[in-house]
Amino acid sequence: MGRYILQRSIYMIVTLWVIITFTFFLMHFMPGSPLQNEERIPPKLKETIMKEYGLDQPLPVQYVQFLGNLFQGDLGKSFQYNGRDVTELIFQGFPASAQVGIQAVIFGIVIGLTLGVIAALRRGSWADNLATVVAVLGVSVPSFLLAGILSFYVGVKLLWLPPAGWGTWQHTILPSLALSGLVIAQMSRYIRTEMLEVLGQDYMKTAKAKGLSRATVVFRHALRNALIPAVTILGPLTINIITGSLVIEQIFGIPGMAWLFVQSIQVNDYPAIMGVTIFYSVLIIVSIFVVDILYGIIDPRIRIAGAKE
Amino acid sequence: MKKRFYLSLVILLVASMLLSACGGVQQNTGASGNVLTVRSDGEPPNLDSAISTDNISFNLLNAVMEGLMRLDKNNKPQPAMAESYTISPDKKTYTFKLRDAKWSDGKPVRAQDFEYAWKRALAPETASEYAYILYPILNAEKYNTGKAKAEDVGVKALDDKTLQVKLEAPSPYFLGLTSFATYYPQRKDIVEKYGKEYALEPNKMVYNGPFVLASWQHNESYTLKKNPNYWDKATVKLDGINFKIVKEVSSAINLYNTNNLDVVPRLSQEYVDAYKSKPDFKRVPEAVTSYLEFNMKKEKVLRNVKIRKAIQMGIDTNILANNITKDGKPATGFVPPTLQGGNGKLYREQAPAFVKFNKDEAKKLLAEGLKEEGLSQFPTMELLGDDTDVAKKALQYIKEQLRTNLGINVNIRSVPFKERLERSKNGNFQIVLSRWGADYDDAMTFLDLFVTNGGFNRGGYSNPKFDELIKKAKMNPDFNQRLQQMVEAEKILVQDDAGIAPLYWRDRLNLERPNVKGLVHHPFGADDDFKWVTLDK
Repeated sequence: MGRYILQRSIYMIVTLWVIITFTFFLMHFMPGSPLQNEERIPPKLKETIMKEYGLDQPLPVQYVQFLGNLFQGDLGKSFQYNGRDVTELIFQGFPASAQVGIQAVIFGIVIGLTLGVIAALRRGSWADNLATVVAVLGVSVPSFLLAGILSFYVGVKLLWLPPAGWGTWQHTILPSLALSGLVIAQMSRYIRTEMLEVLGQDYMKTAKAKGLSRATVVFRHALRNALIPAVTILGPLTINIITGSLVIEQIFGIPGMAWLFVQSIQVNDYPAIMGVTIFYSVLIIVSIFVVDILYGIIDPRIRIAGAKE
Repeated sequence: MKKRFYLSLVILLVASMLLSACGGVQQNTGASGNVLTVRSDGEPPNLDSAISTDNISFNLLNAVMEGLMRLDKNNKPQPAMAESYTISPDKKTYTFKLRDAKWSDGKPVRAQDFEYAWKRALAPETASEYAYILYPILNAEKYNTGKAKAEDVGVKALDDKTLQVKLEAPSPYFLGLTSFATYYPQRKDIVEKYGKEYALEPNKMVYNGPFVLASWQHNESYTLKKNPNYWDKATVKLDGINFKIVKEVSSAINLYNTNNLDVVPRLSQEYVDAYKSKPDFKRVPEAVTSYLEFNMKKEKVLRNVKIRKAIQMGIDTNILANNITKDGKPATGFVPPTLQGGNGKLYREQAPAFVKFNKDEAKKLLAEGLKEEGLSQFPTMELLGDDTDVAKKALQYIKEQLRTNLGINVNIRSVPFKERLERSKNGNFQIVLSRWGADYDDAMTFLDLFVTNGGFNRGGYSNPKFDELIKKAKMNPDFNQRLQQMVEAEKILVQDDAGIAPLYWRDRLNLERPNVKGLVHHPFGADDDFKWVTLDK
C-alpha cells in the first residue's frame, strides 16, 4: 500500500506539471493582453506597463520565473485586481464555494437515498416512476437551468427563499439544491439497483424468516449493504459539483471562486488564471487519489488486485 | 452504520450553517430608512484612483472622492474641491482656488494633494493605464513616457489652497476632465503608509467625497455611509448606499422584483420589451457609437468612395436601433448627441445629419462604383464583430440589409471582444462592426480617431483636408471656430468620404424605483452620481 501511494504521488506531481505547462503556454496564445483599457492606451504607455508586469520577457523566461515563484509558494499578484495576491483572492472565494458544494452533496445524498429506497421497496408503483422521472431530469436538466427555475419560482413567485445574494443560510439553500440535481439522480438510481439486488439475496429471506420487523430488515440489512458501492460514486460526483458550481455562482451571486475563474480568462489576468487552474487541478487530482484509496478500503477485492501488481 | 451515517450528515449540515454564520448575517437591506440599495455588476477591481480603469471603480470612487470639479445633472462641471478658478487669456493656464474641505480623517484637502496624485498617475513606474487622460497638461505625456522629469509637468501647488495648471494647448474640456477619477487628489502620507496595500480595504484609504466606504465584503457587497466631514454635507440626504454585487442581470431583476434592490443599472437589451412600458425603466444616453469600419488598406474595392457610401446608405439604422438592438438611437453622424461642442453647447445641436438611409440612391451608387472598379458584382466579404448576443443580432441584421437592399453578400464572423480588437489592430478584417466610447466630454474624442495613421484608424482612412482641420481645431483658442472646424471635419469623414458608416448611438438601460429621485447619470466616466439622491416615502 505504501509503495502504491508513493507511486501515485509521483504521478500526481507529473500530472500537475503537465497541466501547468499546457495552461501557461495556451493562455499566452489568447488574443489581447491583460491591460483593461487596452483599446485606448498609447503604444509607448503600453510598453511601459508591460515591462512593469514583466511581460516584455520572452515566454520561456516568464515560464521559468513562474515555476520558480511557484516552488516558493508564490502565485503572484492579480493584474485585474492590482495589488491583490492571487492566493488571497482564491482563499477569499473558496469558503463560499465549498459551503455550497458540501451542502449540495448532503442534499443530494439525503434526497437521493430516500428516493432510491422508496423506489426499490415500491418497485413498479407510482413512487418508483416518480423517482425515475426525478433521476432522468436530474441527469438531463443542466444545473444552470434548474438554478434559473428555482430562483424565479421559489424566490420571486413564492417568496419562500431569497432569489439571489449571500449572507444568511437561507441564501445557500437554492444554489445547493440546484447543484444537487445530479447527485440526487445518480444516488437514487444507484441505491435502487443495489437495494433490489440485496433484497433478492438469500440472507434477506433468512432475516425475514427470523421474524425481524420490516424496518429492521430494510434498514439494517438491505440498505447497509446497498450503501457500500454507492459511497464509491461520491468522489467523482463531488468533483462534478466543484466544476458545476461555476455557473451556479454567477446566477445566484455567490462570492465564491467561479467569477475569478471566468473573469480572469476574459481579461487575460495570467497570474489569476494559473492560480485558479492549479487550485482546481490539485483539488481534483487529490480527490481522485483519495477516492482510489477509499475504494481499496471499502472493497477488499481492489486492494488485493492492487497488491498483485 | 445508518445512525452514524445520518449523524455525520447532521454534523456537516450544522457545520455549514456555522460557516455561513461566520460570514456575518446581514439584515435585509431593502428600501428601508434613507438607504439606497443598488446592484453592482462586479467587484470593484481597483480603488486607487491613479490606477483605476473600470466603470465599477469609477462609480464607487465618484461617490467617495471628489475632484476640483463635479459634474452636475447636465454634465456641466461645477466647483467642488475648487471654490473658484481663473483661466488666463491664452486659455493655457488655470488657477484653482481650493475651498476649506476636509479629508475623512479631518485633515484639510490641500493643493499639494492634487499635484501629488496627478504626478503619481503619470510616473512611469505607476503603470497607470489611464495616465494618458492627463496628457492635456503641459509635459505630462513626456514625463509619462520618460522624456521629461516630474518637475517639468505643468501642475504646481502655489500654496496650500492654490493649484496652478498649465496646458499643452487651449482645451474647452479640461475643466470637465478635473471631475474624472484620475484627477482626484491623493494623500501622500496615506499612499506611502500603505504602499502596495493602498486602497485595497476601506480602512486603507481616506475620502473627500459625499460618502465614505464603510464596509467591503469582497465580491459580495460594499456599503457607503454619509461622510460627516464632506464640505457640502447639507446637500447629501442619503444616510448610505448598499451595493450588492450581482453579475447575472436575470438575478438582479429577481432581486429587484422582490424589493431587494432599488436600482439595477445596465440591464441587457433582451429586457427592453418586458420593461419599457413601466415607470421604472430608464434609458440613459451614453457617449458610445457603433459603426462599420472598412479596410481600405487591404480591399481595393472598399477604396471606392461610392461603394462605401452605398453601404453606409443601404442600411436602415432606424430598424437596427429600435427593433434589433433596442438599446440605442439611429446615428446621423459619428459624434453621439451627449457630447459637448466645446463652445458651451452640445455638438450635435450644431451639426447637421450626415447619414441618411436611402435604398435607391445606395443601389445607384453601388452600380456606379462597381462599374468604376470594372466589376459586375461586389465580392463576398467577411463582416467581423463581437460574439455578444446584441452584436450577433446587429451583424445578422446588417447582413440581411446588405443582401436585400444592395445584393451584397457578407459572411459573419463573431469573435470575443479581445480577438476583435486584435484582428482590427492587425488589419485582419474586411468590414468590422466597431464601437467607440468617449474619453472626455468633447466631440474631439471621436473625431481625432480618424487622422491619417491614427492609432484607432484601423481601416487606413486618410484625407489631408480632414487631418488639417483636426490639427487646427486642436490648437484653436477660439472655441466657436474650433466647433466649425470639427463639424467640417465630420462632414468630410462621414458624408463626403463615407470613411465609416455610423450605425447607432447606444443607451444604458436602468431599472430605478420611482421613489428614487435625484439620481444623476453621466454618459461616460462615472455612470452615476448619488450625491443628490432623495427617497420619497
